[in-house]
Amino acid sequence: MWEHSFRDKTAERRLFRARAITLGLFIFIMLCGLAWRMSYLQIELHEKYKNLSENNRVQLRPLAPNRGLIYDRNGVLLAENIPSYSLTLVAERVKDLDKTLIFLNDLIEISERDREQFDKRLKFRRRPFEPVVLRYRLSEEEIAKVLVNRFYLPGVDVEAQLVRHYPNGNAFAHVLGYVGRINEKDQALLDTDTEVKRRYSATQYIGKTGIERRYEEDLHGEVGYQKVETNARGRILSVIEQQDPIPGKDLTLHLDARLQKLAENEMTGRRGAVVAIEVATGGIVALYSNPAFDPNSFVTGISHKDYSDLRDDPDQPLFDRATRGQYPPASTLKPFIGLAALNAGTTNWTNSIRDQGWYKLDNDERLYRDWKRGGHGRVDLERAVVESCDTYFYDVAVRTGIDGITPFLAQFGFGRDMTLDVISALPGLLPDRDWKKAHRRGSWYAGDTVNLGIGQGFMLTTPLQLATATAVLANRGKWQIPRLIYAHNEVEDVIEHGDIPDIQLRSPDNWNRMFNAMANVVSGQHGTARRLLSNMQFPMAAKTGTAQVVGIKQDEEYDSDALRERLRDHALFIAFAPVDNPQIAIAVIVENGESAGKTAGPVAQIIINEYLGGAEG
Amino acid sequence: MASVDFSRTVSTPAHHHTFDRSGVFYKRLHIDLFLFLLIIALCAVGLLILYSGSGQDMEMVKRQALHFSIGIGLMLFTAQIPPRVYQLLAPWAYVAGVLALIGVLVMGVGAKGAQRWLELPGLPRFQPSELVKLALPLTVAWFMAKRPVPPRFIDLFSALIIVIVPTVLILRQPDLGTSILISASGLLVLFFAGMSWRLIISMITLVAASAPAMWFFVMHDYQKQRVLTFLNPESDPLGTGWNIIQSKTAIGSGGIHGKGYLLGTQSQLEFLPESHTDFIIAVLAEELGLIGVMLLLVLYFLIIMRCLYLSTQCETLFGRLLSGSIAVTFFIYVFVNIGMVSGILPIVGVPLPLVSYGGTSVVSLLLAFGLIMSMYTHRQD
Repeated sequence: MWEHSFRDKTAERRLFRARAITLGLFIFIMLCGLAWRMSYLQIELHEKYKNLSENNRVQLRPLAPNRGLIYDRNGVLLAENIPSYSLTLVAERVKDLDKTLIFLNDLIEISERDREQFDKRLKFRRRPFEPVVLRYRLSEEEIAKVLVNRFYLPGVDVEAQLVRHYPNGNAFAHVLGYVGRINEKDQALLDTDTEVKRRYSATQYIGKTGIERRYEEDLHGEVGYQKVETNARGRILSVIEQQDPIPGKDLTLHLDARLQKLAENEMTGRRGAVVAIEVATGGIVALYSNPAFDPNSFVTGISHKDYSDLRDDPDQPLFDRATRGQYPPASTLKPFIGLAALNAGTTNWTNSIRDQGWYKLDNDERLYRDWKRGGHGRVDLERAVVESCDTYFYDVAVRTGIDGITPFLAQFGFGRDMTLDVISALPGLLPDRDWKKAHRRGSWYAGDTVNLGIGQGFMLTTPLQLATATAVLANRGKWQIPRLIYAHNEVEDVIEHGDIPDIQLRSPDNWNRMFNAMANVVSGQHGTARRLLSNMQFPMAAKTGTAQVVGIKQDEEYDSDALRERLRDHALFIAFAPVDNPQIAIAVIVENGESAGKTAGPVAQIIINEYLGGAEG
Repeated sequence: MASVDFSRTVSTPAHHHTFDRSGVFYKRLHIDLFLFLLIIALCAVGLLILYSGSGQDMEMVKRQALHFSIGIGLMLFTAQIPPRVYQLLAPWAYVAGVLALIGVLVMGVGAKGAQRWLELPGLPRFQPSELVKLALPLTVAWFMAKRPVPPRFIDLFSALIIVIVPTVLILRQPDLGTSILISASGLLVLFFAGMSWRLIISMITLVAASAPAMWFFVMHDYQKQRVLTFLNPESDPLGTGWNIIQSKTAIGSGGIHGKGYLLGTQSQLEFLPESHTDFIIAVLAEELGLIGVMLLLVLYFLIIMRCLYLSTQCETLFGRLLSGSIAVTFFIYVFVNIGMVSGILPIVGVPLPLVSYGGTSVVSLLLAFGLIMSMYTHRQD
C-alpha cells in the first residue's frame, strides 16, 4: 500500500539528515546557553547567592536580656518577670485560616484588636513558616483549651515569653510606673542612636513611666546574640555560637512596701497623696497617689475600653497627685514663713500681736480674715503655729516682704523640682515680683504677700515638695536630695550632695524652737492636730493646712454643707518624728478632706507609727 | 559537534555489514548499547541526586529504582517489537488517548484547580496526557510517513489538526507545560518530515502574534501569575516567587565545586521546594557545583545526540520521524526544566528527565527510548 516506487529514498534521507543536523546544532547551542546560565549563577553571582544562602541558613538572633528586678528597701519584690504564654500561628500549616480563627474565637476570646494586629504582623513577616502571634497573655485555662484541641488546630501553638509583673499592683502604680510594648514612637526614638538600637534589637518592652522609665538604662541590660542554624520553617536546628545577654541591674529602692500599702489602705475612697521621706538620707519611703490603677494591665497592652475608663474616671486614677498635683500649701507653709521672718529679723519668739480675727493693710479696706471668728487673742509665734493663726502670719509676711520670703522659701525646694530621680515631678510655683509681672501682667501687691503668708494665693506645691521641705526642716536645714534609688545590684548608690546649699539660720536654736512649736500642734492643748495625741506613739511635730478650693468672698459665710463635696477644702498635713531626732518626714494631702486633723493627719500618723515602730521591731 | 563520535559502539548503517561484531550482536538483541549505557548512567546519577534531594529518603530512592527497573524492562520489551506494529497501533492509541482526554474533562479528578487524572473502573488511576505524549508523535509520524516528501500543504494541515486536538484538550485541564511539550513533539515530526522553512517561519510568527490573545483568553490566572513571577520573582518573595528565589540561591551558592554531596544547606534544610521533583537540578548544582552540572549536561547532550544519530540511521521514514521527534522532545524536557529552575523560563511543571522523582515520567521516557531502539534495530521486511 505504500508507494515506495514513487519515493526517492536517498533524497528523503538527505532531507532528514539535514534537519537532524540543524536541530543538533540548535540543541548544542541551547545547551551551551544553559551551561552559560549556570556558570553565570555559579561563578559570576556566586558571592551574592552564597551570602543569601548563608543568611537563609544562619541567623543572628538577638537575645533580649532579662529586665532587672526592683526591690523595696526591705527586699520585697516590686517588679518581676514572669512567664507569659502567647498563641501563635504558622499560616502555611493552617489549612483554613478563617475557619481556624472562628474555632479559636469560640475556644478563647480573640478581640477585634488582636485580629487587626495579627493581620498586620502576618503581612510583615520575613518568610514562610514564621510563627505569628495572635494573642498574648493566655490564661492557664485558655492554654489548656488550646492544647486539648491541638489536633484540630494544625499550625497553632502556644509559646512562652517573660513579661513584667507588678505583684503589688495599684500600690506602686505611679511611682514604679510600668513597661509597655515598644511602639512606633519608642522605636523611632531608639532608632536615632545606632548603639541604642542595637541594645534594643531583641527587646519588646520599654519603661514607659515612673521608675521603669527613669532607670530604663540600668534595668534593660545588655543584648546577647545567638548564631543559629534554622531550616526553612524557622525551626532552630543548632546553635552555632552564643553570647548570653547580660540581665539588667536589679534596683533597690528606698520605698517601703509596708508604708506604700498602708497608704493605699488608708487613702481608700479618698483622692490625695502620701509622701514620706527618710530624713537622714532623703530616701523616699512612700510615694503614693490615690486612686491608682493596676499597672499590670498596661504591660501587654491595655484594651481601648479599659483605657478610656481610666482616662475618663472623674477621680483621675492616672493622675499622679504626689508628684504632679499642685496645691496651695495653705497653713502648712506657716512654719517656713515663721522661719523666714525670724531669719529676716521681722519677728522673734517673744513678739506678739493681738488678733481680733482679721488683718487689714494700711490704705486698704479689705479685711483678711482669720479662720477663727473673733481671733486668737494675744498670739506669739509659737502660738500662731500651734493654733495656725492667720492674722499673725499676715502680719509677719507683710513685714518680712515678698523679697525676704521668696528666696528663703526657695532654699527649701519650693518652686522647683529638687528630686534626684522622680520622673516628671512638677515644680510647683513659688511666686515673686518677676513671676507676677511675667504671668499676671501686674506688679506685686502687699495683698499678695498677705495671702502668701498663709500659703494661699499664687503659691503651689506638690505633696512631694511639701514632704521634701519638711524633711529639710526636720534635718535642721541640711539637704539630702530626695531620691527613690537606694542601690544598684545591691551596691549602695553614693549620691553626691550636689551644690544645693544647706540652710543656715541666723540662730540655729530657731530650728529647735520651731520643732517645739510644731510638736505642740499635736500635743498642745490648742493644737490644730491635737486629736492625734491619743494615738501618738512617737513624739511628732506637725502642721495642718486647709487649702481653699474656691475663693470665699469677703464676709461670705463658709457653708461646707452647701458646697458640693468636690468644692470642699483640701486637707493638708505635714509632720516629722520623733521630734528630738527626726527620722521621717511626711506630707499628706486629702482632696476635699476639709479638716486636716481629721483626714490627712491620721493617715500621716499611721505611716509614721508604722515606719518608726517597724524600724524598732 | 562533529568531533563527537556517536557511533562508537555500533557501526554506522552505511557500513551495515562490517566486522563490528558486538554492534551486530546487540542489534540482534534490538539494543543500542551506547544509548543503553548512557541511560543506565543517567539513571544512576538520578538515584544519587534523588537520595540527597529527597532528604536522604532511602524508601523514595528504592521506589524510584523500581520505576527504573520497570521502565528499563519495558524499554527492552518495546525495542523487541517491530516498528510496523507501532505503525498499526499508532492511530488507535491516538484515538484512545483523545477519548481519555475528553473523559478527563468530563469526569476527571485532580488537585489545585486542574483535572489531570482519570479513574476508570478496573484500571489504575492514570494521566491520559502521558499516553498522548507517546501516541501523538507516533500518529503524526504514521501519518506523515505515508505522504510524499517533502510534504504537501494539505498533509501538513491535516497533521496539524492531529496535533491541535489533544493539545487543546490538555490546555483545558489546564496543563500548559504538558500541552506545549506534546504539541512540540508533534510539530517536530513535521519539521523532520521536511516542512518548508517558509512555513515554519510563518508558523512561529503566527504563534508569536497570537501570544497576547493567549494571555487574555486562554491562560488561567495561576499561569499568568507564574509568568509574572518569572518576570519579577521578588514581587512575591513569600508566595510564588519563593521557589525561584530559593532555587537560584541554591544553584548560585553551589559555586564551581559545590558544597559537597548531602551538604547543601538550601536543599537539606528545606529552603528549596520540590527538591526531589522539578527542582532537583538545584540540589545537584548546590552540592556538586558547576562541575556536577556540566557533567550532567554532557550526559544529556550525549543521549540526545546519540538518539538523533540513531534516528538518521532508521530504515523507514516512520522510524526516522518518530526517533527524531523523541530525541528533540527529550531535549525540550531538559531545557525547559533547567531553564525554569535557573530562572530563564517561567515555572511550568516539567520534570528533569530520569532524575526527578516520579514513576509515570520515568516509565514513559524509557518506553520512548525503547521505541527509538526498535526503530533503529529492526530491519524493514
